[in-house]
Amino acid sequence: MEEVCAKFVSQKISKTRWRPLPAAALQPPELFATGSWDNEDNRISIWSVGDLGNVGLNGEYQGEPQLLCDIRHDGDVMDMQFLDQERIVVASSTGTVTVFRHHQNNQTLSANHQWEKAHYHVDQNTSCGGAACTGVICNNPEIVTVGEDGRINLFRADQKNAVRTIDNADSSTLHAVTFLRTTEILTVNSIGQLKIWDLRQQKNEPSHIFSLTGDRVPLHCVDRHPSQQHIVATGGQDGMLSVWDIRHGTMPVSLLNAHEAEMWEVHFHPSNPDHLFTCSEDGSLWHWDTSTDVSEKPSFLHQGGRSATCFSHNIINQSVVSAWLSNDPTKDRMEITNLIPNQTLSVNSLDILGPCLVYGTDAEAIYVNRQLFA
Amino acid sequence: RRAGARAAQAAARAAAAGPPRAGGRERSAAGAMEELDAEPPLMVVPGADPVARQLCFAWGPAEVLVCETLFGRRGTGEGGPSASRVFVVRKDQDIYIQTLRKLFNESHGIFIGLQRSEEELVGKSRKAQLVQVSKNYRSVIRACMEDMHQAACKFVSILSAMELIWNLCEILFVEAAAAGPLLLRLLDWVRLHVCDVDNMVREVLSSENPSKHKLFWNVVDVFVLQGRMDEARHLLSKEASANPTSVNMYKILDDLMKKMPVPSLGNTQTLTEMELKWQHWHEECQRYLQDGTFASNSHMESICKILLGDEDAILEKKELMTTWYHFLVTRLLYSHPTVKPMELRFYAQSSMDLFLGGESSPEPLDTILMAAFEFEMHQVIKECSIALSNWWFVAHLTDLLDHCKLLQSHNLYFGSNMREFLLLEYASGLFSHHSLWQLGVDYFDHCPEYGRVYLELHIERIPLNTEQKALKVLRICEQRQMHEQVRSICKIMAMKALRNNRLGSALSWSIRAKDAAFATLISDRFLKDYCERGCFSDLDLIDNLGPSMLLSDRLTFLGKYREFHRLYGEKRFSEAAKLLLMLMTAHIAPCSFWMTLLTDALPLLEQKEVVFSAEQTYELMRCLEDLTAGKSDKQKFQVDDVETMKVEMLRLALARNLARVIVKEGTLEGS
Repeated sequence: MEEVCAKFVSQKISKTRWRPLPAAALQPPELFATGSWDNEDNRISIWSVGDLGNVGLNGEYQGEPQLLCDIRHDGDVMDMQFLDQERIVVASSTGTVTVFRHHQNNQTLSANHQWEKAHYHVDQNTSCGGAACTGVICNNPEIVTVGEDGRINLFRADQKNAVRTIDNADSSTLHAVTFLRTTEILTVNSIGQLKIWDLRQQKNEPSHIFSLTGDRVPLHCVDRHPSQQHIVATGGQDGMLSVWDIRHGTMPVSLLNAHEAEMWEVHFHPSNPDHLFTCSEDGSLWHWDTSTDVSEKPSFLHQGGRSATCFSHNIINQSVVSAWLSNDPTKDRMEITNLIPNQTLSVNSLDILGPCLVYGTDAEAIYVNRQLFA
Repeated sequence: RRAGARAAQAAARAAAAGPPRAGGRERSAAGAMEELDAEPPLMVVPGADPVARQLCFAWGPAEVLVCETLFGRRGTGEGGPSASRVFVVRKDQDIYIQTLRKLFNESHGIFIGLQRSEEELVGKSRKAQLVQVSKNYRSVIRACMEDMHQAACKFVSILSAMELIWNLCEILFVEAAAAGPLLLRLLDWVRLHVCDVDNMVREVLSSENPSKHKLFWNVVDVFVLQGRMDEARHLLSKEASANPTSVNMYKILDDLMKKMPVPSLGNTQTLTEMELKWQHWHEECQRYLQDGTFASNSHMESICKILLGDEDAILEKKELMTTWYHFLVTRLLYSHPTVKPMELRFYAQSSMDLFLGGESSPEPLDTILMAAFEFEMHQVIKECSIALSNWWFVAHLTDLLDHCKLLQSHNLYFGSNMREFLLLEYASGLFSHHSLWQLGVDYFDHCPEYGRVYLELHIERIPLNTEQKALKVLRICEQRQMHEQVRSICKIMAMKALRNNRLGSALSWSIRAKDAAFATLISDRFLKDYCERGCFSDLDLIDNLGPSMLLSDRLTFLGKYREFHRLYGEKRFSEAAKLLLMLMTAHIAPCSFWMTLLTDALPLLEQKEVVFSAEQTYELMRCLEDLTAGKSDKQKFQVDDVETMKVEMLRLALARNLARVIVKEGTLEGS
């Protein structure tokens, strides 16, 4: 697969994120950030995949990520989001949340703002006792973080103190958070629950709780459909992909057997939401495509070398039209492609923007695919 | 037979005399007292002062802990406040070189690929596959070298030596090239690795007029010595055009070089054919030399002598070859092009002797290469173990050779076999690293005999600073059915959560570990909290226990008790009453909690509507009597007034309820 560029970076990668494009941009993204974990010295790095200068017009260098700058980060990078074109919010295993600024004129990174021990156990003021901040989501200027302490924090980019804190929001660990609407957030926790929080309301209780039935399998990641906000996808410890319709019921609409181990991230394609991407501890990265009609036969040899599999999914709800919720017989199949042929160690993170995919692994490598739909 | 025995011995020695290992570990297992192959290297612990104080140490899995004792050197016990420092001495130091992490990670992928490629392929295609694997390993080494060149790292020369040895092993052992192709491979090998002259070649070729350059003939010689005939002829043609007088002479030499027979890679010619052609060509060269065709030009004469395989003529170009193995290959090229693998050892030995000429003694690299030429695989591995400061090289090379089925007959007198021994050492080194431990897991997986035990011991020692890391470790254990370790990890995490007052998390972890005792402990904490505060914390968890409620009796009780409160809150009184009673009569509730339960029954007894039936009321009464009767006299005295009053109130409420219910049931039945 020539279109995928790999680079070994000598640190285990926990997060990869594309820098968002300016509103009017037409060209594909060129910069992405990575964060590492489990190192004595963890780093935030900015990489470029653009054609720097004239390196190899038809040469080998084109596409291989080039390190632009990096900076030390205290603790494992647990999550990372771009706040805007220049600022990155990073969640640390020490409980600290830091905003880094990427200075593009001289290619440096600096810590711009920091909330120390935004997440903590027992007492915020003792020297120890920070609790890992597991998830962060931004909607400039608002930043929401969740952590192992079951706490939800709402920050505003340049304010010193938290705008709002919900202590003991969850009795178990919160694993991920995303915005549902501008005032509502979704969290997933380690006992298989999906909760909606309305930040306008003063009471410290979720407005809705959805849960997996049965075994309370922990949920690790959550993403919302970019255009149809009632459709939410989550990934669990057993590698299962659940699709939820948050307008109805308390259980997932469909459960799709997917990976063999923890699903670490799930992302709808931001502009092409018929496509979904998931990555897992088992070292695989799947591309879920509901745009194909079954009238064209599911091709097992599609895009040579990739293994394509078709799954039928069991649908409970019938009343919605989206491809993710519908059980219309002609749409009842989706094409699933594993994008990594020889999987070994965990794929911890992925990000998609336009035709570009970036992912990072515990095998200390980052991969960039710039022609996803070629 | 004898050779086999020797090889086995060598293997054992190789394994026992690894680089940084101080001698004397498990050495006497077979009873045979062997001498050490190499003096164990002296390791200076910076900061420790063995002259002033005696040191003590303890073995770790991949490290040694050293510390200064209070005892002085001469036993005078001079004491004095000790520095009280502990030193960690690492065995496999190369593991910590940042740029080598690329090597470890990339080769890990290749290693896994090799283990997965089961031997369904036979014969040629299997061999091609193994050669490809070997090439992949080498390309990783080379990629790493390039990175290091950029970083100007001093480790480059070691990597380059590793690649040189690996490449030779690939030719001789993995590919096992036969006579003919063998020479071509060795030529490639020399060309790839003798790079000292490359700069000179580049300088001459890029000069304006190469033939006038003072090093011109040196470059021609380099090409001839490396068998790069086309390039040599190209250069010579330039010189020829500049010297019209001696054009004939050039033509003859050019012709000789063109006609030189080379072994073919395919099966187009047999060895005998090749040898015949060679003989013919050789005689032709001989003729030209003897009739003095090149007498007027010493350069060309010496080239002709080289073509004839004249050892002295070749040796004169010593500094152009730089190494004895280059000399060996050149010598083979011009005097024994169809050398058989087994004949290599004689030529290798004599080439080394001739080249070094007793001036310098062979260095470790020379010894290793010599062992390879002698097809002493175990010797190669042993020497490499001694010379290199890492286990990466020997572990991967040995594994590859083992997959070529070249090492199978030899077992060590300790442990399993050599492959496994080396893999275990390498993986243990990985596990001592704060970040590379994940790679080690797969290596242990492919050690059939001791891998599992090693993994079990190492995995428990991974520090778990976040839940996510714990989950990753847990996944490793669960995939391998390591129940003991799963339990211990969950327990550690549950304890941590408990210490942080995260009861919900603690309970989740103990449920995951199916640790009933711990679940009971946490349930008790929940109940205690409830008794103190009058309300439940972590309702989202307790309300959603589901089937995991059955893990421990106490947890079941906790879940059911909470259910009682929910029913009561929803004003479903009769259901709540039934559940409450059941908790006591079915002995789900711990005795210590009965009083609380009975107190909870009070408001139900006082409801306007009668909730408890007569039968249920009798049951409640019996529970209360059991509770009070169960207490010894001694305890009774200690019971404070509040308790006595509670009992009295309960008795009263029960009696009133009983009266009401008798009336109610009586009238209902009567009507």
